[in-house]
Amino acid sequence: MALLELRGISKRFGGLQALAGVSLELEDGMIASLIGPNGAGKTTLFNTLTGLYRPDEGEIHFQQRSLLGMNPDKITAAGISRTFQNIRLFSHMTVLENVLVGMHSRLKTSLPGILLRSTGFHIQENEARRRAMELIDLTSLSGREHEWAHQLSYGEQRRLEIARALAAAPQLLLLDEPTAGMNTTEAQALMTLFRKLIGNYVKAILLIEHNMRVVMGISDRVHVLDYGEKIAEGHPDEVRHDPRVIEAYLGQGIWSGNA
Amino acid sequence: MNSKLATLGLCAYIAVSCLVAFFFPQSVLAFLSVEASLLLLYYVAAPRRVKIFLGALVLVVLLPVLGSVNGYYLEVAIQIGIYVALALGLNIVVGFVGLLNLGFVAFYAIDAYLWAIFGSPQANAFIPGGLFPLSPNWFFVFLLLSIVIGALTGALLGLPVLRLRGDYLAIVTLGFAEVVRALVNNLDKPVNLTNGPRGISPISKPPLFFQPLLEFFGLHVTEAKLYPLYFYFLILVLVCTIILVTRRLENSRIGRAWKAIREDEIAAAAMGVPVVRMKLLGFAVGASFASAVGVLFAAKQVFINPESFTFMESIGVLAMVILGGMGSIPGAILGATGVTILNLQLLKGMSLWLNGLRQSGAELTIPLLGSYSLSQLPAQFEPAKYERMVFGLILILMMIFRPQGVLPPTRERKQ
Ligand SMILES: Nc1ncnc2c1ncn2[C@@H]1O[C@H](COP(=O)(O)OP(=O)(O)OP(=O)(O)O)[C@@H](O)[C@H]1O
Ligand SMILES: [Mg+2]
Repeated sequence: MALLELRGISKRFGGLQALAGVSLELEDGMIASLIGPNGAGKTTLFNTLTGLYRPDEGEIHFQQRSLLGMNPDKITAAGISRTFQNIRLFSHMTVLENVLVGMHSRLKTSLPGILLRSTGFHIQENEARRRAMELIDLTSLSGREHEWAHQLSYGEQRRLEIARALAAAPQLLLLDEPTAGMNTTEAQALMTLFRKLIGNYVKAILLIEHNMRVVMGISDRVHVLDYGEKIAEGHPDEVRHDPRVIEAYLGQGIWSGNA
Repeated sequence: MNSKLATLGLCAYIAVSCLVAFFFPQSVLAFLSVEASLLLLYYVAAPRRVKIFLGALVLVVLLPVLGSVNGYYLEVAIQIGIYVALALGLNIVVGFVGLLNLGFVAFYAIDAYLWAIFGSPQANAFIPGGLFPLSPNWFFVFLLLSIVIGALTGALLGLPVLRLRGDYLAIVTLGFAEVVRALVNNLDKPVNLTNGPRGISPISKPPLFFQPLLEFFGLHVTEAKLYPLYFYFLILVLVCTIILVTRRLENSRIGRAWKAIREDEIAAAAMGVPVVRMKLLGFAVGASFASAVGVLFAAKQVFINPESFTFMESIGVLAMVILGGMGSIPGAILGATGVTILNLQLLKGMSLWLNGLRQSGAELTIPLLGSYSLSQLPAQFEPAKYERMVFGLILILMMIFRPQGVLPPTRERKQ
């Protein structure tokens, strides 16, 4: 059974068809990539999937459950969490606090428990902090946990977004251009991290990427969007030789990895 | 070593300032330096236990003693307490959740009127049987009730409007406060609920349940002397409770969710924060603080009318939060204290001092310009009359030079 199943998703903004009947399946244990030229509708698909937008048509099933009409926080609680293309950290909160916010849906202490500082509260809070530190370690941010998020460098902020998304203990992790603005070494390190995540922290990853070296190096499957339509899907090597894909990317020199 | 020295210095400072204030009860400066000791306490690097002990000593023992020498000081302290509680409540809404509320005083007004109506003969106007005023013992019931009612009105106002974006929300809250004020102003007809602009009095004071105990120990204190002390301790307990509740909320998933919403609502939702529910909770908690103070305010004033709950009052509390540092508990406390002292003591003190100079007829000699007799100082020039102007100037200067406030939020330090 597929972990995630999208069927015929359409989304319109006024006169612009941002998504036109996109279908997509994601299996357990898989890293899949979503590629396509600028404005193809990749981020829109993420936003639809995480409940920020309501699709005009189509179905979304996650672990056999429909996600249609659910609010973003419910979808996160159901097991999907994400990062943002244009980093959206909580700037005036510390690195540790950012990660702790990600755990919101997993922490259950009630208001009286919080006000009376019940034993349950202390146990949960300590456990949350321990896990947060583990994720901070995992994303190579140890030692920075008490700094404001806005004090981090660009690459560190991207990693913090990943740690924060992992804090929600998702089954499916959605990454929107995680290596944007990173050099080759940093991107390489992230790829190693993604492989480590599968099976240990998440069941599957879906990532949007423009860096083809990353896409080719890490994906089990690649989905290609163009003008809101899915034009190709398959193994990375199949997709890169697909004439429609080559046409969509024509003249962008994307295969050299500098797009 | 360093902290021992600091502790010693602090003790010495407190002792000296209290002695001076005790022997010169009319000196505003002396009393200000006593108040400043609390600020010093916050800054000095002494052990936590020492700080708490000294803070308690000043607040529980020294201030009340000084207050019984000069009753005005106690009045100032009570006013400060009321504004600190209001500022802490608004700080949750504006500072933590990041929602601009321009009508915060409405919640304060609703529960002030609640006790005013039932704790005075006013309720007889619409409930037959001459049951009112309720016995003073009901004061504490109403205090608890007001917390619930405040939370409910907060949530009720929040429910329809929290989906609005910042500026729109601000306007709605402003409108809400004006509606509340218009209602209390006009609900004297057809049924006289609020007695309209004439206001309500006399409002019952809280019960002196501990008086037999005082008598037992042979302490005979007149009620006129006892009540200010009583209100002082009531507000002190209330403020301490509010600080504790706020701190505990801040360091929990709720406080973190609030701040996440303030920073980026969409990201917060995507991280699993139920945005609307958390905003409602913020509104409710903030309003419940204001409501509790409202009941206390009504009981202390004995007389209230709609004039106590104007738009300027809301703006004043907002300014306290902004000046102190939005999202910071020490900031809200300092902001409320600073502005209240400025209004009640500093400017009035300056007016008195200038009047003194005028009467002494001293000559001021300015080189090159000749001398100037201070008795010619125009009588219009009274700093107390320029209260709003000084306040406005401070706001402008602060926003230019320190927009984050005096004590902005700090982050946890490394252990
Ligand atoms: N909220 C919105 N309102 C109106 N138009 C939108 C909105 N969000 C996206 N669009 C439009 O939908 C189209 C797809 O945008 P989207 O951000 O999904 O592209 P993308 O594939 O992520 O591109 P990029 O690679 O540049 O990130 C674009 O033309 C964009 O302008
Ligand atoms: Mg995009």
